[in-house]
Formats: sequence, structure tokens, C-alpha cells
Amino acid sequence: MNVKRFTATAAVAAAAWGCGGGGGQGESGGLGGTVHIDGSSTVFPITEAVAEEFGREHRDVRVTVGISGTGGGFKKFLLAESDINDASRAIKEAEADRATAVGIEFIELPVAYDGISVVVHSDNPFVDHFTVEELEKIWQPGSTVQRWSDIRPGWPADEVRLYGPGVDSGTFDYFTEAVNGKAQVCRADFTASEDDNVLVKAVSGDKNSLGFFGFAYYAENETALKAVLIDGGAGPVAPSFETINNGTYSPLSRPIFIYVNRTAADRAEVNAFVDYYLEHARLLVTEVGYVPLPDRVYDLARERFAGRVTGSAFLGKETMGVKIEDVLAGGR
Amino acid sequence: MHFGLAGAARRRWKEGAIQSALFVCAVVSVVTTVGIVIILGKESFGFFRHVSPAEFLFGTRWTPLLEPRSFGVLPLLCGTLLVVAGSSLIAIPIGLVSAIYLGEYASDRIRRIVKPVLEVLAGIPTVVYGYFAVSFITPMLMKAIPATQVFNAASASIVVGIMILPMVASLCDDALRAVPQSLRQAAFALGATKYEVSTRIVVPGALSGVIGSFVLAVSRAVGETMAVTLAAGATPRMTLNPLESIQTMTSYIVQVSLGDTPAGTVEYQTIFAVGALLFAVTLAANLGAHRVLRRFREVYE
Repeated sequence: MNVKRFTATAAVAAAAWGCGGGGGQGESGGLGGTVHIDGSSTVFPITEAVAEEFGREHRDVRVTVGISGTGGGFKKFLLAESDINDASRAIKEAEADRATAVGIEFIELPVAYDGISVVVHSDNPFVDHFTVEELEKIWQPGSTVQRWSDIRPGWPADEVRLYGPGVDSGTFDYFTEAVNGKAQVCRADFTASEDDNVLVKAVSGDKNSLGFFGFAYYAENETALKAVLIDGGAGPVAPSFETINNGTYSPLSRPIFIYVNRTAADRAEVNAFVDYYLEHARLLVTEVGYVPLPDRVYDLARERFAGRVTGSAFLGKETMGVKIEDVLAGGR
Repeated sequence: MHFGLAGAARRRWKEGAIQSALFVCAVVSVVTTVGIVIILGKESFGFFRHVSPAEFLFGTRWTPLLEPRSFGVLPLLCGTLLVVAGSSLIAIPIGLVSAIYLGEYASDRIRRIVKPVLEVLAGIPTVVYGYFAVSFITPMLMKAIPATQVFNAASASIVVGIMILPMVASLCDDALRAVPQSLRQAAFALGATKYEVSTRIVVPGALSGVIGSFVLAVSRAVGETMAVTLAAGATPRMTLNPLESIQTMTSYIVQVSLGDTPAGTVEYQTIFAVGALLFAVTLAANLGAHRVLRRFREVYE
């Protein structure tokens, strides 16, 4: 009798266990499964915000967001280990070639603008704008700029204190590429910190400071800092939502992307996630502190995704200060 | 009789098993150390195939993550030594003097309060010390000396000094207490003052233990990671100015391992090369300590 009871209990337990869990269908009958995202730490805050909101509506979909960096993320993406790659730059030629070689197609979708503000102490009386050449003179490796007078004759001979994000930061890569021509090419003796809040505190506390970080951090601390106008060849332009949006704040503004695996896009949960992303991007991007794209561009991106248009429109092109609409509308 | 023999065999087997188990536990530490040395050696070997040891040990520019790449480790070594020197300057005098006070001068009541407080200081997590340095010590320094940067070696040194102070104090205390009372009493009998007894009899009599405590504290300061990572900065530079931001070997390792450096690259291997150097420095310090201890060792009957 004990054996019978045991067998009966075991059978019931097994049946119950078999009913729960299992595959892409959740118990509510809605979406289930996992969406694997990895890549840029710059894009991460936006993707994470979208994942949070999406998770509220679709409780059975698990969205994991990693921060291996744009390059590291692409490596995983090209091994089909991630469904979506966050990228703070367009895909490189070598990466796109590799994708073709392994048979992975990707859908390139811009999601926001990233702008860098160059800042000085709010009471700094003589700095109003820099040309890109001056920025290069200050930040190039082996730079001999130690005082303000080394940058522009006529400025005081006080020592300049430089601050910036550390070498792991996407912002750092992007700034050095825009100013010095190649990512990670930079002088070594500046005060580095991965934490932008530390940089804000440092710059606002030091009369001779000169620093750079993402526009979002400047926008949050406008009263404590002074943004330097940047002359990219067409006159000095101040960083603001508008100038970053319309590409006139150049070369320190650029689009950031997500790349979606074409095969993964056919999965219901991935499709729903990307749709949700592009639909709510404007709101969430602003909330996180980045600069949203014009509505027209989000529409173009949605069309691109719906039509499963693969390949990169930005490949090999300059992404600094371009108008995305033109590039996207210009076709593949 | 049958019973007795079976019991003895079982007891022997049990004793043998216990001995083996204890041996395994003792061997675990050896095996772990050997494992660490092997991994450090393997990856460093890979690193030294790309970068010559001469360039690594004698170069003065450390930019493995920036273009153009340089792999001269001296700035990191300099940063570590700067922090170690600063913290020793704080911990060693104060620690030794506290130990002398607690051992020779303090009343029981004071001892009962101060000793536990020292233990508490020793137990505070290092990351808390780092945060304390950034949010309390650095602003204070910046107000006192305007030339202080937001990350600086001085702040880290002060905090590491406070951290290793209890180690110096309690080890010196133990060493001083090992000096037999007869020596003190003989000195008093000859008319020496308490100060003379403490400085001319007791401390020299406990010299090996005292120096041993200094070396242990210095080893701890060399390996200190979180406090310097938070407070000292990430700018590798060869400087003796404690008000500037520097980078130590330990905080460099933290920076790279928390970043997105892909495994297998030269940049990744720098972690192991710097780790091997750190290991070598600590090992040298400990071996030196053994030598010194043996030389100054006083054996009291």
C-alpha cells in the first residue's frame, strides 16, 4: 500500500511539474522567452530603461542587458550569442565582413543622439569657445599644453587641470576619435574617472579645470558648469538638445544604435521588444538624459525594422555630426 | 581478546584517516599558492613575449590602454611606493608609540577601552575606508591645501595608514610584552626612568617583533586595493607629489578587470604581469622580514 501511495504521489508531482515552465509560451498565454542584449555602456541606460518598462507589460519575457562594450558586444553578436547589440558607433567594416562570412544578417537602428560637452568652471572668464584644432592640441598624446597660455596666447599662465572619463568609457573613445582622429589616442596625464558625477564635482570645484563628458551630465548641472562652444568649422556652437539633434553641434555629436539579429527578429518576443523600443524611445531617451532623434527618424527606423531591411547605412561613413535622416533615407 | 584487536585496528584506521584529512587541509594552502604562481607565470610569460622585460621594468610610461601603447611599469610602482611611504609614515610611529603606551604606561581601564577600539579599526572594510577618504579626507585636504586634486595620493595614504595602524599596534604590543619583566626591573633597580626603560631596554629587546610588525604592515599597504582605487585616482605618473592623482598597481588591476578588455589580448595580460610584480614585491618584503627577524631575534629563557 505504501508503494501504491508513493507511485500515485510521484505521478501527480510529475504531471504538475511538467505543466509549469517550458518553452516560449508563458502561462498567461502571452509572450515568453528571453531577449539577450549586450554591448555599449553608453547605450545601456536607454536599453535598460526600455527593458524595465517592457518587462512591466510583458511579465514573462526575460530581457538581459550586458555591458561588454560596443566591440566586445559585436564579438558576441557575431557568434549569435546575443539577439541585439547596443552600439555607440556604427558597425565597422571588419565586423560587417565577418557577419557576412558567418551568415548573420543584422538590422541597424539608430535610437538616440549622444553629445559630448566640453566644460570649464562656471566662473572661468576667458574661455568661451574652442576650435577642434585647439582641442586636439590640448588632448593629443605627448601634448605639451600645461597652461592656458599654451592653448591660446593672451590667456593666463595658470596651470590647466584636465578631467575626463576613463579608458573604458565609450564617451572617451568617441571624444578621442572626434578630436584626435583615432579612438583611444590621448595624452595620459589627465584625471580620469568612470563616474561622470565625480567629474562634474571636480570641474565645478576647480577654477582651472577643463573636462568633457556626456551632454546629459552637463544638462543636469548647468548652473555649476560652463559649456564651451565648439567650432567644428562652421563657427562656435553651444551644446543643446536642438544643436545636437540637428547636427550643427559638430563633431561632438553622433547617433547611437542598436543592431538586431535578423533571425532573432522573427521571434515574437524580440519583435515585440524592438517595436516597443522604437515606439517609446523618444520618451525614455529624454528621461535617461540623452537627446532623442527627430520623430521622422524614429518612423524611418520603424519602417526599416518592419521591412527587415538588413545591412548598414552608416558603414564606412562619418557618423560625427551627420543628419541621420539623410543617411537612412539615402537607402542601404 | 578478539574484541580488543578489532577495536585497535579500527582505531588505527580512524587515526590514519584523521591524519590524512588534516594533512589535506594543510596542503590546500600550498596547492593554492602553487596554483596562483602557475597562472601568474603562464600569463606573464605570454605577456613577455610581446613586451620585453626590460621595457616593462624600466620604462617610465604606462599607457597599455591608450594609443600609442607603452608598457613601462615604473609609474605604477612609483604610485604604490608613494602610498606605502605615506601610510607607513602615519602608521609606524603612531602604532609603535601606542603599543609602548598601552604596554608600559596605560592603566588597566584605558587598556580595556583602547584595545577593542583598535580591533574595530582593523575590522572596518577597506571599501568603507576608501569612501571615507573620498568624502571626508579629500575635501578637508582641498580646503587646507588648494593645490590638492580631487584624486590624490595623500588622501589614500592617510586612510591606508589608519587601516594598518591596528596591525602595527597589536603586533608591537605582543612583541613588547614578550620582553621579560626581569629586564625592566633590573633597569629600574639601576635607576632608569620609565622613558629610558621603554626606549632603551624594552623596544631594543623586542626589536625583531617590532620590525616584523612594520614589514607586515607595509606588505598590507602594498596590497591594499579598494581604498586606493577609490581615493588615489587612475592617472599613472611618476611623481613624488602626494597631492596629485596617481595609480597604484592594485588599482590598475581593478581598472582593467572591471573594464571591457577582451581576454587573451596584450592588455588583458598586463593584469597578470602587474599581478606577478605585486606578488614578487610582497614576497621580497616577507623574505626580507624573515631575514631581519632571524638576525635580531632574542631568545628569552
